[in-house]
Amino acid sequence: MPYTRAWKFLRSAAGVLAICALIGCKKEAPAEPAPAPSATPPPQPAAPPALKVAFAYVGPVGDAGWTFAHDKARKAVEAEFGARVATSFVENVPEAADAERVLRDMVAQGNKLIFGTTFGYMEPMLRVAADGKDVKFEHATGYKTAANLRTYDSRTYEGAYMAGVVAGGMTKSHVLGVVASIPIPEVIRNIDSFTLGAQSVDPKVETRVVWVNKWFDPPKEAEGAQALINDGADVLMQNTDSSAVLQTAEKAGKYGFGWDSDMSKYGPHAHLGSAVIDWSPYYKKAVKDVLDGNWKTEQTWWGVKEGAIDLVSLSAAVPDAVKQKLDGVKKGLKDGTFVIWKGPVMDQSGKTLLKAGETADDKFLHGINFYVKGVKGKPPAGK
Amino acid sequence: MEAFALMLSASVNAGTVLALAALGLLVNERAGVVNLGAEGMMLTGGLAAYATALHHASGLAFAAGAGAGAGLAALFGVLVVGLGTNQYATGLALTLFGSGFTAFAGEGLVDKQLPDLPRPLIPALLDVPFLGHALLGYHPLVYVAAALAAGLGWFLFRSRLGLVVRAAGESPSSAHALGLPVQRVRFAAVVFGGALCGLAGAYVSIVYAHLWVEGLTAGKGWIALALTTFATWRPARVLLGAYLFGGVTMLQFHLQGRGVDIESHLLGMSPYVATILVLVLISRNRAWVRVNMPASLGKAFRPDN
Repeated sequence: MPYTRAWKFLRSAAGVLAICALIGCKKEAPAEPAPAPSATPPPQPAAPPALKVAFAYVGPVGDAGWTFAHDKARKAVEAEFGARVATSFVENVPEAADAERVLRDMVAQGNKLIFGTTFGYMEPMLRVAADGKDVKFEHATGYKTAANLRTYDSRTYEGAYMAGVVAGGMTKSHVLGVVASIPIPEVIRNIDSFTLGAQSVDPKVETRVVWVNKWFDPPKEAEGAQALINDGADVLMQNTDSSAVLQTAEKAGKYGFGWDSDMSKYGPHAHLGSAVIDWSPYYKKAVKDVLDGNWKTEQTWWGVKEGAIDLVSLSAAVPDAVKQKLDGVKKGLKDGTFVIWKGPVMDQSGKTLLKAGETADDKFLHGINFYVKGVKGKPPAGK
Repeated sequence: MEAFALMLSASVNAGTVLALAALGLLVNERAGVVNLGAEGMMLTGGLAAYATALHHASGLAFAAGAGAGAGLAALFGVLVVGLGTNQYATGLALTLFGSGFTAFAGEGLVDKQLPDLPRPLIPALLDVPFLGHALLGYHPLVYVAAALAAGLGWFLFRSRLGLVVRAAGESPSSAHALGLPVQRVRFAAVVFGGALCGLAGAYVSIVYAHLWVEGLTAGKGWIALALTTFATWRPARVLLGAYLFGGVTMLQFHLQGRGVDIESHLLGMSPYVATILVLVLISRNRAWVRVNMPASLGKAFRPDN
């Protein structure tokens, strides 16, 4: 092909296309009413300007799990407050240096309330909060606070325990499998609570755990689930973000659960129930706090009692006796008469961690880094 | 014994994803074109196949997956072969485009469920002891991948057309001087590679994970790219490497599930380490690597100068 003008043009067009593809992939998707920082705001007499609220998500809103649940709550906030708020989100924000850049960008765009929805944003949020004093920061699942940074979390272990009750009632092999994500106390606490729930029905159960060391990697989650099934597990649970584990159970004719969001449609036969988180009660409260000027630093940990955690879409395959037991647990959690982490609780070596009748406080729960008796293997070290 | 058969079958299933993609990439690399867009083509193929499988037979869905991969590869081919753009930059753009585009276009499919579960070729054979799981009860695509490895081995090194493909990757100007249509061969090889990457993506979304979510392939395209290099561009080694990778992946999960006290991060690394180690060992002969590496890999060729 001779080196003609047409050819040159085509080549530069190709370059432009490549660059467009590069940019197009950044995917900073603004939500419905695009919160464009305009120099000339449209004249809106009387009505106060909308409170700009931004959300940083660790995964894609299409993960059908963790981030999906957060985004559902964001939409609930929009529905509740209408024109008084303008929300936006950035998805797929890695838990590393990129998080700080995205958070600073959110501040620069005039957001006054910023939610960071994963543990790994803790340090970036602390740094950005120190520079943006007039902005309120809300950090999910963390433990560090500042004057304008507070934390919120859900008692996901209550959902894990309720799933465990069902699993204990359904297992024939007495072997349960958990596909676990990142070894932080929250996940280890969920594995333990799942096991305690199962033991309350079937004292013989053993829980086996595989760690995929990722929150979201569907093929890997499926591989881990397959390994557990091959080794004899007939009821699976996961603390990862996709529905891959449930789907693998469906393919193999075993049982599984939904996690974070209702996943019943992903496994018509396998799905026993979904341990869901509803972030909307807290998100509405947080927005209301800012709108009313009542926002103050605190640490919130909501569960079944506040409507943040539930086990939903229970399968028809679950026997009535198990259903009744589950209803009892749920009711007890709601009115505070039932406590999951109540002695006697022993670790794997048989050492008593909670004496008979002793209940765990939140500090104990936050520091769980051991497996209870009945879980096979050792939790990953160093955490 | 049955447990071993299950483990074997899980390994082969896991390896097939990589094998399909890597075999395709091997062909276009043999023709002298590096396509870093593998991940993007896999995602696009996976999405197209999933969308098709929602309403049509799975055979058609696999064709759609392969077609989507081939289509994206054809775009890449026009840019890289036709216009001589930089292969690495264009390939990267293709991956970025593929992941962004599928995230956008696939948003409505995340909560859609496929009508049927993937089935082995002859389900009754699963009941044969040991061999049922270890050899007979796979999804048809698993056999396709294995047959492709054998077929490509023959094609590239025993057939005349294969010689032409390799000539385009070794010394395109000599091939051109002999009157061979280098550009067309390279373009065809790129499209073939894209089709197989698309098929690999379809295997992930329809058979392996049986779902669609954004970023479904989670980096498998990059592993396939590395695999072609470590396997010194030989189809049989690609297949071996893919199964090995799948095997060690499953093995480490089995070890974890059985409570072996090794840090899970180390275990998670083991498939990569083991595969690289084995393939480097069998390829440690430098002359062998030199002989097998396409000499003009990654270099644009313009027939007129």
